Amino acid sequence: MNRTFRIITITISLVLTGSVIHADGHIDAAIKARQAQMQLYAFNLGTLGSMAKGQAEYDATVATTAASNLAALSMLDQSLIWPKGSDSGSAKSNAKIEIWTNFPDIMNKGKAMADAALLMKAAAGGGLDSMRGAMGPLGASCGGCHKVYKETRN
Amino acid sequence: MHRFTIILGVLAIFGLSSFYFYTRPGTLPADFLSGLQGNVKRGETVFHAAGCASCHTAPNAEPSTLPILQGAQSFSSPFGVFMAPNISPDPTYGIGDWSALDLANAMKLGTSPDGTHYYPAFPYTSYSRTTPQDVIDLHAFIQTLPADTTPSRPHDIKFPFNIRLSLGIWKLLFADADWITDASTVKQKRGRYLVEALGHCGECHTSRKRLGNLNHNLWLKGASNPSGEGTVPDITPSTLGWSEQDLAFYFETGFTPLYDSAGGHMAHVVQNLSRLTSNDREAIAAYLISLP
Repeated sequence: MNRTFRIITITISLVLTGSVIHADGHIDAAIKARQAQMQLYAFNLGTLGSMAKGQAEYDATVATTAASNLAALSMLDQSLIWPKGSDSGSAKSNAKIEIWTNFPDIMNKGKAMADAALLMKAAAGGGLDSMRGAMGPLGASCGGCHKVYKETRN
Repeated sequence: MHRFTIILGVLAIFGLSSFYFYTRPGTLPADFLSGLQGNVKRGETVFHAAGCASCHTAPNAEPSTLPILQGAQSFSSPFGVFMAPNISPDPTYGIGDWSALDLANAMKLGTSPDGTHYYPAFPYTSYSRTTPQDVIDLHAFIQTLPADTTPSRPHDIKFPFNIRLSLGIWKLLFADADWITDASTVKQKRGRYLVEALGHCGECHTSRKRLGNLNHNLWLKGASNPSGEGTVPDITPSTLGWSEQDLAFYFETGFTPLYDSAGGHMAHVVQNLSRLTSNDREAIAAYLISLP
């Protein structure tokens, strides 16, 4: 085996390894990014939820801020953070593969969530009962996807 | 010797007939529901509290106030695969020709109108505690839902569990209508009825023994998932750590105290519970909080 051949082989294998690492890193980063988005949903939902449960005093301005954040989050173009190969079968994720095979349904359910968030945005500042009333439909819209597309392995 | 054979034969016949007598599918007395009137509105509450749509609608059916109970969801278990049948009011393919008493026999005793044992994948081990009034109300409500002509598909059960007669022994050993826990207040009693009877929560949240019977000593303390990997959580207060308020809010919205949203089969359950009154959701929460 001559020296040039060896160098070429090593270079090729390093490039290949590198691309694999890059691919994995890309998937992991996308999964982290969408978990961060879920975390932002949870934080803002928590602000509303603690008022709904009576654990925090109702504040129309704070409620509206949280609801506006939810609506803004639901409007993000998420296409980049759900790359192919980031499902539960191929990566460390609870996202079922059906997300990618039933794509139109996911888009509809995402739209339903955005609609529910807009309703919450309109309701949040209108008093505790008004905000509470929008909480159920908002929760149901989250459940719409989780019911079908999230692995449950508690 | 000849005489011995005759005695043995007589004993065998006596044994077999008493075996059959004690394990044959039971039926309720004909006047079980007499004097009661079905009410559609109340029946709708029973329907949601009992979670009928969660198993009897098509796989991935969208939530609806008029669900199509065509069946066809499958449930794998260590005993084989169970197929939820069509229970829409179609008289041929569904249960449209059932009387309210037929429904009572099915729910309370696990006996079909033609006198066979149902498998306890249909949770009559919990529904046995349903009141006669709730059965007749539920019957009235189901009649108002859309009829569907999807044929029911047969279960795929392994030997020897595919011999339905053996269910007679199983029922004799494990099926009853007694309460599992004590409840003191009116609210806790309503909660107990919703959890132990209609809601059949224990069917998933309680572990089972070798023969598939629930381990009442570990009531609602979690179990392995019968249809896949993972576990169904322990929902007793010392482990779960949720407040009564957290529970009621979860039943209404699906949001956990950390604002994750219920997934999988529990999302179906939340869908049903969100249609109950807040009083009923609070009663379930009060019951769960009172558990040891």
